[in-house]
Amino acid sequence: MDDLLREFLTESGEHLDTVDAELVRFEQDPNNETILRNIFRLVHTIKGTCGFLGLPRLEALAHAAETLMGRFRDGLPATSASVTLILLTLDRLKEILADLEATGTEPAGSDDDLISALERMATGPAAVAPPPPPEPVLPEPVSRELKPGEVSLDDLEAAFLSAPGPDEADFAPPPVMAAAPAPAAAPAVRPVPKAAPQIEAVQAEPAEAEPARVEKAEGAEGETAAASKNQTIRVSVDTLEHLMTMVSELVLTRNQLLEIARRHEDSSYKVPLQRLSHVTAELQDGVMKTRMQPIGNAWQKLPRVVRDLSGELGKQIELVMVGAETELDRQVLEVIKDPLTHMVRNSADHGLESTAERVAAGKPARGTIRLAAYHEGGTITIEIADDGKGLNLAAIRKKAVERGLASQADVDRMTDAQVAKFIFDAGFSTAAAVTSVSGRGVGMDVVKTNIETIGGLIDIATTAGRGTTFTIKIPLTLAIVAALIVRAGEHRFALPQVAVLELVRVDAGAQRVERINGAPVLRLRERLLPIVSLTGLLGQAAAGAETEQAGFVVVAQVGRERFGILVDEVFHTEEIVVKPMSVKLRHIPMFAGNTILGDGAVVLIVDPNGVARQVAQGSQGTGGHADSDADESIEVTDSKTTLLVFKGGHDSFKAVPLSLVTRLEEIECAKVEWLGGRALIQYRGRLMPLVPADPAITIKSEGTQALVVFSDGERAMGLVVNEIVDIVEERLDIEIAADRSDLIGSAVLRGRATDIINIAHFLPLAYDDWARGLKRPEQLSTVLLVDDSDFFRDMLSPVLKAAGYQVITAASADAALGILHAEPQIAVVVTDLEMPGRSGFDLVAAMRRADSRIAGLPVIGLTGAIGADAVERARALAISDLVAKFDRAGLIAALAEIGPAAVSKAA
Amino acid sequence: MQAANANGTETGATDDFVTVYVGETLFGLAIERVHDVFVPSGVTPVPLAPAEIVGLLNLRGRVVTAMSLRRRLGLPDAEPEADGKASPKMAIGLEQGGETFALVVDGVGEVLKLGADSREAVPINLDPRFRNLAICVHRLDGRLLVILDVDALLGFTAAGAKAA
Repeated sequence: MDDLLREFLTESGEHLDTVDAELVRFEQDPNNETILRNIFRLVHTIKGTCGFLGLPRLEALAHAAETLMGRFRDGLPATSASVTLILLTLDRLKEILADLEATGTEPAGSDDDLISALERMATGPAAVAPPPPPEPVLPEPVSRELKPGEVSLDDLEAAFLSAPGPDEADFAPPPVMAAAPAPAAAPAVRPVPKAAPQIEAVQAEPAEAEPARVEKAEGAEGETAAASKNQTIRVSVDTLEHLMTMVSELVLTRNQLLEIARRHEDSSYKVPLQRLSHVTAELQDGVMKTRMQPIGNAWQKLPRVVRDLSGELGKQIELVMVGAETELDRQVLEVIKDPLTHMVRNSADHGLESTAERVAAGKPARGTIRLAAYHEGGTITIEIADDGKGLNLAAIRKKAVERGLASQADVDRMTDAQVAKFIFDAGFSTAAAVTSVSGRGVGMDVVKTNIETIGGLIDIATTAGRGTTFTIKIPLTLAIVAALIVRAGEHRFALPQVAVLELVRVDAGAQRVERINGAPVLRLRERLLPIVSLTGLLGQAAAGAETEQAGFVVVAQVGRERFGILVDEVFHTEEIVVKPMSVKLRHIPMFAGNTILGDGAVVLIVDPNGVARQVAQGSQGTGGHADSDADESIEVTDSKTTLLVFKGGHDSFKAVPLSLVTRLEEIECAKVEWLGGRALIQYRGRLMPLVPADPAITIKSEGTQALVVFSDGERAMGLVVNEIVDIVEERLDIEIAADRSDLIGSAVLRGRATDIINIAHFLPLAYDDWARGLKRPEQLSTVLLVDDSDFFRDMLSPVLKAAGYQVITAASADAALGILHAEPQIAVVVTDLEMPGRSGFDLVAAMRRADSRIAGLPVIGLTGAIGADAVERARALAISDLVAKFDRAGLIAALAEIGPAAVSKAA
Repeated sequence: MQAANANGTETGATDDFVTVYVGETLFGLAIERVHDVFVPSGVTPVPLAPAEIVGLLNLRGRVVTAMSLRRRLGLPDAEPEADGKASPKMAIGLEQGGETFALVVDGVGEVLKLGADSREAVPINLDPRFRNLAICVHRLDGRLLVILDVDALLGFTAAGAKAA
C-alpha cells in the first residue's frame, strides 16, 4: 500500500468520524449552516480524493451523499430519515475503507441500494418542489412586514453568498446551487413546502421556520463578521510552551542532521535537508511569534501610575511612550514588567524635580518621562529617560565610600558612569542613603538582578540638570540564542553572541598575549584589554599551562566592562536552544545553561554576566569572598589608577601613582642650592632635597625646573623631572621590571611604554635616615609579608624595608605557617586576606591554634575592600588592623602602632 | 516494618529492586524509581560543580545530570590506570522533581524480588554517609544488599556537597 493511500485512509477516517458527530448535531439543529457547511466540505474532500486515487465505489457513494447534503444546503430540511440515510452511507464508507486498509484494494460490491436511496431522497422531493411554490401557509411570513432589525430574505441570501467561507469553492459544482437562490420572488420559502409532506415530526409548524431561518441567517452573517474580527484565539500558555519545546528539539535534530551532512559527501539528501532546515527555521519563527507580545502590554499600567504619582507628588508629568508595538518574548515581558514600572516610578519620584524647581531652572514646568523601545540586532532596547536633575554623583561617591564599596581614591578615579552604577548595589537604595535630594535607586539592585537573569544589560547615562537615561538591552527571546562554539582546554563551550564584540587571533607573534605577573593582557588598538582565560576561570588550568600562546581572544562587553576571554579555538556559530541548568548546578555563576550541539554532545553555555562579575570581583571583591576563584591577576588589571606621567632623561616617559604625589612645582633654577654635593631648595620654610628621577637628568642651571614633590610627615622631597606631561587614568597593567630598584615596572599608558617609578627607591636618596623612618621601632622588627601576588609582594617589600623593617615574604598561607615555625624572630605578620586556596583568614585561624609564640603574634590584614563582614571576621581572629591593599601609608602607620606593643610583649 | 516484625511471613509483599554495585558492595534501588539503565557516554564535565557531579550527558535528546555513586558515598574513584581506560560504567536514570539524573555505578546486576523477611535495619556502625543514604539492608545468600534512598541520594545541595 503506498503512502498516499495510507494517508488518505487516516485522513478519511478522521473526516468520517467528524462527519458522524456533526451530522448528529445537524439533526438536532437543522438550521445550523456552519455545521452543514463543515459536513459538506468533509464529504466533498473525501469524494475528491477518491476520484484522484481511483476508488470508484467510494467516489460514487460519497458523491451521492454529497448531492443529498447539497440539497440540505439549498434548503431541503434535514429529516431524521435523510440523516439516517446519510449515516448509513457513512457506515458503508467506513466499511469500504476498512477493507481497503486490510487488502489494499477497494472491495467488490454494489452500493446501488444506498446510492439510489440517496438520489431518491435528493431528487424526489426536489422534483416535486420546483413547480410553483404557492403553498397555503407559506407566503405569510414573507408577506408580512419586516420588523425593525429584521432583514429581508433576499438580502440575507445575498449576504450569505457573498460571505467568504471555507467551502466557497464547493458552492460552485452543484448546479442546484446557482439556481436555487435566484429565481422566484419568494424563493427562500421554497424549502418549507418541500419539507411539509415528509417531516411533520421535525417541523410541525412550517411557519415557525421562517423567523428561525432569519435568526440563523443573521447568525451566519454575524459569524462572518466575527470571522474577520476574531483573528486571534486563546491558546493556553502550556500548549505554546510545549510547542516551543518541541520546536527546540526539532532545531536540535536539524542541527544534528546538518552536522552529519557536513561530514558526508553524499549529496542526495542535501536538498531535502536544506528544505527541512528552511521549514524548521520558519516553524521556529512562527512559534516564536506566538510567544511574542507587544511591549505595550507591559506599559499599560504606566500612564495610570504616572497620573497618580503626578497628583501625589504635585509634579506635572508627561509620559511619552514610543515603540509600544515592539514585540518581545512573553517570558521576557513578564520579567521586565515590574522593573519597568519601578523605574518609571523612580523617574517620576526622584528623577524629576518639583514644578517650582523646574521653573526656577528654566525648564518647562511639565517634566517628561520618555519610554522608548526598539529592536536592535537580536536585542530589544528599552530606554527610560527623564529630563530631571540627573543623579547626584557627588553624593553617590560619598555614600559609596561610607558604605565601604570603594575607597575614596577609587571613587575619585572612577568615571561618572562607573559611579552612577553604584545605585545598582544592594542596599544602596533609599532616598536617605544618597541624600535627601536625590534618592534614586530604590530597589535598583532588584531591577538590575531581574534584568540580568534574562541575560539583559542595564546602563545609565546622566547629565546634571538635564536628566537621566536608563538603557536596558534584553534579548528577544531566552529560548534560542546564537552562540559561538569555542574550545577551552579539552572541552567545548558556547558563548552567547550578544556579548561578543569581536574575535582576535593571538599567537606568539605580533598579536600576543602579554603577561603581567601571570595576568594576561592584550594590546588591542593601543589599549590594554584584560584577559581572562576560560580554562583558568573554570579552574581547569593545569599548572604551567600558561605557556600556550596561540588561541583566540573573544572580546566581550557586559555593561561597560570590556574584557577578553581567552579560548583555545573557535569553531563556528550555531543557534542553540538554551536548556536550564540542573538545580544541582544552578549555583555556578559561570554558566547560563547547557545545550545539545549538532553532534549530540552536551556543552555548557558560558554566562558573560557571570564572567564579568568574576572579572570585576577582583577589584571590588569584599572580604567575604576570600575563597573566590578569581585569580589575583584580574585584581591588578582591572582597577584603574590615576597616574602622573612625566618625562625623565632622554625624554623617556615615566609615571608615578598620583595618590603618592603631594604637589607639582615649577621652581626657578637659580633657587637651587648645593650643599655637600646635594641639591636643595628652600621650600615652605624648610630645605627640601632634590633627587633626579633618573641618572640621565641633570638639574638645570637656568630657567625653570619641574619638580614632583613627595612628602611624608614633615619631610618633603623634590623629584627632578624634565617635564610634567599628563595625568592619566588607566588600568595599571604593570610588567615587573627586572632588577631595577628605581622602577616598579612598566606599562602602556596612552599607547606609550611608560616606566612606573618606585618612590621607595628615591626617598632614601633624599634622606639617609628616611629609610629607617621617623617613627621607627626601637629595634628592627621582622615582618612576615604574606601575599599570593608577586606584584604586591614586590611592591610592599621595599615599602616595608624603607620603613625600617626586615621583611620575609611568603606566597601562600601554607608557606607562611612553615616560615612562622622556622623563624622565631618574626614579630608581625602582614597578610593578604584574599588568597586562593587558604585565605588570610585561614592562616590567622591556624596561627591562633598554634603554639603561644605564633598564636600571640599581631596580624595586619590587607584587603581589597573593607566590608563589614571582613571587619567582623578580623575582629573574631584578633587581627590588629585592616588596611586597604593600596594604602601603603596606612600599612606603615598600622605597623608603627603595633611595633612597640609587639616589642613589649616579646620582652 | 510491620511485616518485618511478623516473623516469617511468606505471603508478605515483595518489592523489586534493581541491584547495582560499586566496588564489592551491592546496592539496591527501588525499581519504580529506575527509568533507564544505560551506558553513559559523551559526558561533559561541569567545571566548578560539586564533586558528586560527573557532568552532563545527552540521553536521547535530554540533558541529564550524571552523578557518581562512588563520590556520593565518599568512595575514591575506580582505579582506572590498570589498562589506560576507565572501566566501562553503567548509569541508572532516575528522576526527581521533573529532572532526570544519571547515577553512575560500576555495574548493574539483576533485578531482585525481595520480601520483608530478609530485611534488616541499617546497622548503626555504618559510615554516616552510608547510613544517611540507606533505607535498609537485605540479607542475601552470601552477601548483603544495601537499599538506597533515591531521594536522599539526589537530595544533596550545592552547599552540602561542598561541605561534605
